Amino acid sequence: MALHIVASCTSCWACLPLCPHEAISVARPHFQIDSARCTECAGDYADPQCASICPIEGAIVDSTGQALNPPGSLTGLSPVNHPNSPFQSLT
Amino acid sequence: MELLSQPPVNGSSPALHPCYSEQAHRHFARLHLAVAPACNIQCHYCNRKYDCSNESRPGVVSEVLNPEQATMKALAVGAAIPHLAVVGVAGPGDPLANPERLFATFRELAVKAPDLTLCVSTNGLALPEQVDELVKYRIGHVTITINCVDPDIGAKIYPWIFWNHRRIRGRKAAEILIAQQQKGLEMLVERGVLVKVNSVLIPGINDEHLHEVHRVVKAKGAFLHNLMPLIARPEHGTYFGLTGQAEPTEEQLRVMQEAWVGGEGETQMMNHCQQCRADAVGMLGQDRGAEFTMDKVATMQVDWQAALEKRTTVRQTIERRMALQSQFLDKVAKKPIPLPVRRPRTIAPQTLRMAVGSADGRTIDAHFGHLREFLIYDVSSDGVHLVERRRTDRYCSGPTTCGDAAPALSDTIRALDDCAVLLCSRIGFEPWRPLEEAGIQPNSEHANETIDAALAAVYREWRDSGRLDVEDTALSRSSA
Repeated sequence: MALHIVASCTSCWACLPLCPHEAISVARPHFQIDSARCTECAGDYADPQCASICPIEGAIVDSTGQALNPPGSLTGLSPVNHPNSPFQSLT
Repeated sequence: MELLSQPPVNGSSPALHPCYSEQAHRHFARLHLAVAPACNIQCHYCNRKYDCSNESRPGVVSEVLNPEQATMKALAVGAAIPHLAVVGVAGPGDPLANPERLFATFRELAVKAPDLTLCVSTNGLALPEQVDELVKYRIGHVTITINCVDPDIGAKIYPWIFWNHRRIRGRKAAEILIAQQQKGLEMLVERGVLVKVNSVLIPGINDEHLHEVHRVVKAKGAFLHNLMPLIARPEHGTYFGLTGQAEPTEEQLRVMQEAWVGGEGETQMMNHCQQCRADAVGMLGQDRGAEFTMDKVATMQVDWQAALEKRTTVRQTIERRMALQSQFLDKVAKKPIPLPVRRPRTIAPQTLRMAVGSADGRTIDAHFGHLREFLIYDVSSDGVHLVERRRTDRYCSGPTTCGDAAPALSDTIRALDDCAVLLCSRIGFEPWRPLEEAGIQPNSEHANETIDAALAAVYREWRDSGRLDVEDTALSRSSA
């Protein structure tokens, strides 16, 4: 059970200091989560901390590849309604 | 803008801060260190993915720095630009959402560049818990962006905040943010820190409500209130940009500013804001960031002690000059330069309206191609009257002009369409004709003369040749 960071991450640093198990590290091209350390914050917090502050929809996924913050959930911008949306690439 | 008589506290000297003093912004440079990438809230006018080196607006940045790099950059800029007075952290996220990075940078600078004024610009969410730390690092200037004091309005501006380990949405999120901002403002004022409040004017959402915001922040002792126009273009990829939210017109801004000027109380209005990038370098309205990218900074040999001495000498000279100017203005001119509010773009009869390109504010010393800001004057038989300072670009005007150093000519022409003459020290062949065709006569004959003398000469020329009576020219136009 571990979360993953995918290519849409902008390396904004918000998640890194919040991780209770120091599972997140600076890497290129984007930050990484160490699967061996990540517990999805079970037992520590009600919600996974990285996904609770991440500003980019789709940038953090679970082990099945499901986005914790699906398109439209953070910006209110639906990729369907806004073909110019930069978030469209995440669908 | 006049300064308050309030004594400087905690290292805060508005006289040196280009954002806090109308006069200082003509003499002193500032540097924004992009050391704070993380943010703890989302605003509908911000896109956390955005970076464009050709665009100038808050939150946009080309290179995020770690504290070591940020310190190195500040010392390099401080050695190359001896009139540097202020180092601020404004993003690209929120400074106080990155406390370790922020304070590590300030700790170094407090030792190696103790003369530099440090400041931060924050959304206020983490402010109350960081106030004492800010004071400890002798941060005498703090800007809080306050767009509302009503959570129902806040819910339309902020989709979420990160608070106590949860993502909070909607009205509740706005309620917490507002409470934190207000508490932070009170705590800062209590400790003698000068607080500038930035409010983004969002037509249809907080326009009427900002009067209430103004009343509240004034009552709590904010030093300055800065009304900023919303920037919302589809190409920025922000919620407001993509959903067609209107930007305010010049007229909407002006009406708002006029309503706030001259009220009771001590809070001043700021009217020279340039809505800088989070990594801007140089004078306000100028960005020399490209000269100080990290790869360039890494090759610079910096003697920070020598730089500190040089800055101290330069500052003393500038302060002497500013004092002389103040005396001169008190004695002779009796009016502040420039006037604090935007005036309607209507022109009195027998009056010649002219745009002046001037970097020093006294002489015609600026090259047209480098200008982003003009001084607008009305000249009539009553004399020379400064109408306003007018920006001709606020942001990148789109892909067709992206990459150009100068603002698009069409934007400049639109911004100056009520002026009959444009005075500058030099102007290229290319812009000359389109300006002339738009009814704006370019004139570089008065290069390096004082503005007043040049304006008077051009006015006489127009008057004596009978052109002031001609109806169908730019000078008799009154545009909205």
